[in-house]
Amino acid sequence: MTARYRLAAAHIGVGIAAFGIAALLGVLQGLSVADVEFPMRSEDLYYISVTAHGVLMALVFTTFFIMGLGYAFAEACLGRTTGRRTAWFAFWLALVGTLLTAQTILRGQSTVLYTFYPPLQAHPIFYIGATLLIVGSWIWGGVFIASFRSWRREHPGVPAPLAIHGLLATIIVWYLATAGLAAEVVGMLIPWSLGWVSTIDPVVARTYFWWFGHPLVYFWLLPAYVLWYSVLPSVAGGRLFSDPLGRMVFVLFILLSTPVGFHHQFSDPGISAGWKLTHTISTYAILYPSFVTAFTVIASLEVAGRLKGATGLFNWIGRLPWSDPFFSSVALAMISFTFGGFGGAINAAYAMNTMVHNTAWIMGHFHITLGTTVALSFMGATYWLLPRILGRELRLTPLARVQPYLWFIGMSFFSISYHIAGLRGMPRRVYSATLTGDYGQRWTALADWAAIGGVILFVSALCFLTVVVATWTTGRRIEAPAFDLSVPLRPVTAMGIWDRFGLWTVVAIVLVALAYGYPLLSLLATERFGSPPYQPF
Amino acid sequence: MHVELYERIWMWAAGALILVFLGVILVTAGLHATAPPSHIETVDPATLETHPEFGTPAVTEMPDGRVVAVVVASMFMYSPEPMEVPAGRPVTFRITSSDVIHGFQIGGTNANAMAIPGYVSQFTLRFDTPGEYLITCNEYCGLMHHAMVGTLIVRGGRP
Repeated sequence: MTARYRLAAAHIGVGIAAFGIAALLGVLQGLSVADVEFPMRSEDLYYISVTAHGVLMALVFTTFFIMGLGYAFAEACLGRTTGRRTAWFAFWLALVGTLLTAQTILRGQSTVLYTFYPPLQAHPIFYIGATLLIVGSWIWGGVFIASFRSWRREHPGVPAPLAIHGLLATIIVWYLATAGLAAEVVGMLIPWSLGWVSTIDPVVARTYFWWFGHPLVYFWLLPAYVLWYSVLPSVAGGRLFSDPLGRMVFVLFILLSTPVGFHHQFSDPGISAGWKLTHTISTYAILYPSFVTAFTVIASLEVAGRLKGATGLFNWIGRLPWSDPFFSSVALAMISFTFGGFGGAINAAYAMNTMVHNTAWIMGHFHITLGTTVALSFMGATYWLLPRILGRELRLTPLARVQPYLWFIGMSFFSISYHIAGLRGMPRRVYSATLTGDYGQRWTALADWAAIGGVILFVSALCFLTVVVATWTTGRRIEAPAFDLSVPLRPVTAMGIWDRFGLWTVVAIVLVALAYGYPLLSLLATERFGSPPYQPF
Repeated sequence: MHVELYERIWMWAAGALILVFLGVILVTAGLHATAPPSHIETVDPATLETHPEFGTPAVTEMPDGRVVAVVVASMFMYSPEPMEVPAGRPVTFRITSSDVIHGFQIGGTNANAMAIPGYVSQFTLRFDTPGEYLITCNEYCGLMHHAMVGTLIVRGGRP
C-alpha cells in the first residue's frame, strides 16, 4: 500500500465493509416485504435489519467513504495531510463509535430505524456511538481544512483545484447539517435515554433531525459531483467544459442545502403552512445547481466524444468508454439522477407530497438517488481509486465491467416497482406487503418485482465486493498511477467570488437562522407536553 | 466569468423551469387553499384517556352540519374502528397518538398526516365516493407496524 494513502485506504475499506453487510440485509428485506419465506424470517429480524441497513448505508458507508475520498484528494491535489496523527485518532474514534452502535442494533436493543424518531427509544449506546462517528467526521473536516490552509499559505492567490473546492463545500455543508443533529442527539436524546429527563418533544426532535437529514443528502451528493466534475471528463478522454460554473454550483449547495428541511415534515402538526411553503421555495431553488451540473458534465462528455472523432449530433455518445467500470458507473448514476431529481421535485411539492409521503414511493426515490446516484458513483470511484491508493492493478476486470449495469438493472426493477406501489398507497417499511389479511392486493405483485430487483442488486454487490477483495489482497503490484484529474477547456487562473468560502459560510448560517429561527422559537414557546420512552421491539 | 452561449441559454431555461414549478405550487396553494395538514395545537398524551375529546374518540355530526372525526392512533390500531362518515360532506379529522409516532393515510385519497403524541393533526376532506377505504400506518411504530390498519366507511346519501 502506498504509505501516503494509508489513511484513505483504511477509511474506504471500512466504508465498503459496511456496504457489504448492509447489502446482505437489504436483499433479506426485499424478500421479506414480498412475503418470501426464508429461514429466520421474523418481524424482529426485519425491523432490526431495516435499522442496520439504514445506519450502515446512509451513515457509515457514506461517511467513511467520503472521509477516505477527502484524504485521498488532499494528498493527491494538495500534497499533504496536516495532522496525520489526529486523523488516525478520528478514524479509530469513528470506528469504535460505529461498532458500539452496530452491536446494540444487532442485539435488538435499538430497533428505531435510522431516523430514530422519539418517543421510540434506543439503548443509550446507540446515540453515543453515533455521536462518536459524527465527532470523528468533524475532526476529519478539521484536518482537511488545516491541510488546505497549509497549502494556501504556500500558494497565495491560486484558485484551489476544483476537487478541493468541492470537498471544502462538502465539509461546510456537513458542519451546518450536523449542528442540527448535535442539538437533537446531545441536547435531547442522550439525556432522555439515560433517564436524566423523563420526557421528550417528538416534533422538536424531528425538526432538528430534518435540519440534518436533508443536507445529509448533499453531504453524499457533493463528493459524487466532485468525481463527476474532476474525474469523469478525464476518464472519458475529454475536457471539463466549465470550471467556474462548477465552483458556483458547489457554493450554491453551501447556501441552499440546509434551509429546506420542512419538506420532510409537510404532514407534521406543529409547523405552520407558511413555513412549509417557505421551505418549498428554497427546496426548488436547490434544483438549480443540479441543472447546471447536468449541462457542464454532459457537455464535457460531448467534448470527449468529439476529440475521439465523432461528428454527428448524437454519435459522440457511442464513442464514450462504456466498458470502463468507472465511466459506466457514473454515467448510469447520472441517468438515475435525472429520474431521481424529478421525483424529488414531486416529493418537495407542497401539495403533491401528500400522495407519496411515507409510502413505498419514498423507498423507490432514495434508492435511485442515494442508492444509485451516490452509491454507484462511489463504487465506480473505488475501481478508479484502488490502483492509485493501493498501488495494485485492478483484478477481475470483466466482473467490474458488468457490475454497474447489473446494479442499474436491479435498481430499475426495485425502484420503478416501489414508485408505483407507493402511488397505490403501499406504506413504507413494512415487514410484509400484504399487511394483514388480504389488504395490499393492489401492490403485492409490485413487491415481488422489487424483490427480484433486490436479488439482482445483491448479485451486483457481490461482484463489487469480490473485485475489491481480490484487488486488495492479490492485485499485481504496480507503480501507482497518478490522479489524472480533468483539465478545463479554459483554466481558471485567478480567484473569484466563488472562492470566498468565509463569506459564503456566513451567508449560509444567516439563511439557516432565517429558515429555522422563528418556527423553532415559536414552537419552543408553545405550551408543549413531552412523551415518555417506548420500546415496542 | 466566461459562460458559453448554449450553457447560458440552458441556465436561463433551468431557472425559468423552476419558476414555473414554483408558480404552479404557489398559485394552487393560494387559489384552492391547498395546504398540507399544518395545524398547531398541543395535547397532553399522559392524560389522553380522560381528555374530553380524545378520551372518547368518535365521529360526530355537529349541529351546523360539519362532521368531526376524532381519532386516536396507538400501537397498533386506530380508534374508532371502523370510522363511518357521510359522503359528499366535509369531514374534519383531528388525530393524535397515545404512544409513539404513527402515520394516518387513507388509501386512494389525499389524507396523509402524522399522528404525533403531544400534538393534534387536523385536516378537512370530502369523500364523494361511498365505500370502504383502507387506513394504513405509514410510520414505523414497532414490531407490528405492518399490521396497523384501519377502516373508513363512507356512507352514501344522507340518512
